[in-house]
Amino acid sequence: MTTRLIYFAWVRERIGMPEEDVELPAGIETVADLLRWLQSRGEGYQHALQYPDVIRVAINQEHVDHREKISGAREIALFPPMTGG
Amino acid sequence: MSAVLVPIVRIQRQDFDVAAEIAALTQSRADIGAVVTFSGLCRDEQGALSALELEHYPGMAEAEIGRIATEATERWPLQGLTVIHRHGKIAPGANIVLVVAASAHRQAAFEAANFLMDYLKSRAPFWKKEHRTDGSEGGWVEAKETDAEAAQRWKRPPSE
Repeated sequence: MTTRLIYFAWVRERIGMPEEDVELPAGIETVADLLRWLQSRGEGYQHALQYPDVIRVAINQEHVDHREKISGAREIALFPPMTGG
Repeated sequence: MSAVLVPIVRIQRQDFDVAAEIAALTQSRADIGAVVTFSGLCRDEQGALSALELEHYPGMAEAEIGRIATEATERWPLQGLTVIHRHGKIAPGANIVLVVAASAHRQAAFEAANFLMDYLKSRAPFWKKEHRTDGSEGGWVEAKETDAEAAQRWKRPPSE
C-alpha cells in the first residue's frame, strides 16, 4: 500500500521536499519504526530526524505518539513542535 | 447544556476585523452577557524582525482547531465561539490569531479563550519562520516549554 508522507517547517527543508509517496517495507509497524527507516534513506533524512524524540507526527491529520501503529495510514505528517498562536 | 454550539473556525491568509467578528456573534440576540476576545499580533522584536512567515498544515489546521474549539464548547457554557488563524507572511504590528468567546457570564468566556490559546500554541499545526530586517534568515521560531506547560494545566483529572 502506498503511504503519503508530508513534511513541514525545518523537517521539510532538511529532507528537501514537501511530500512523497512511499511503499513501506514489511516490518515497519509503528511511527518509531518509520522514523528509523526514514533515517536510513540519506543525509537529508538523517539531518531532519537525528533527534527523533522532538519530531511530532500526525496520522490522517490527527496527532499521535511514536508508539502508534501506522497500518492503514493514508497520510503521515512529520513536523517540529508547533509554534502557532 | 442546551443547543449545541458549532464554533466558527477559519484559517486564512487575509486579515480579520475584530469588531466585525464580535458583531457576527452578538447581533440579533440578547442572551450574551460577556464577550472575551484575544488577538495575537506579530512583534518586531526591537526592530530586528521584518516579518513572520506562518506555514501551516492545510486540512489538519482546520480539523485540529475545530477539535480544540469543540472541546471548549463542551467544557464551558458558551453562546458563541470564533477562532481565526492567519498563515503566510505577516508584518510586525499585524494580526496573527483571534479568539472570540461569548457567554452569559464573564468567567466562562475568559476561561474558554485562555484554554483555546494555550491549546492552539502547542497543538495547532502552524510554524513561524523569522525574516530579519538585516536581510539574514532568522530561522524557525523554537517551541517554548512554557507553552506546553500552559496547555498541561487544562488537563482534566482522570474521571472516576
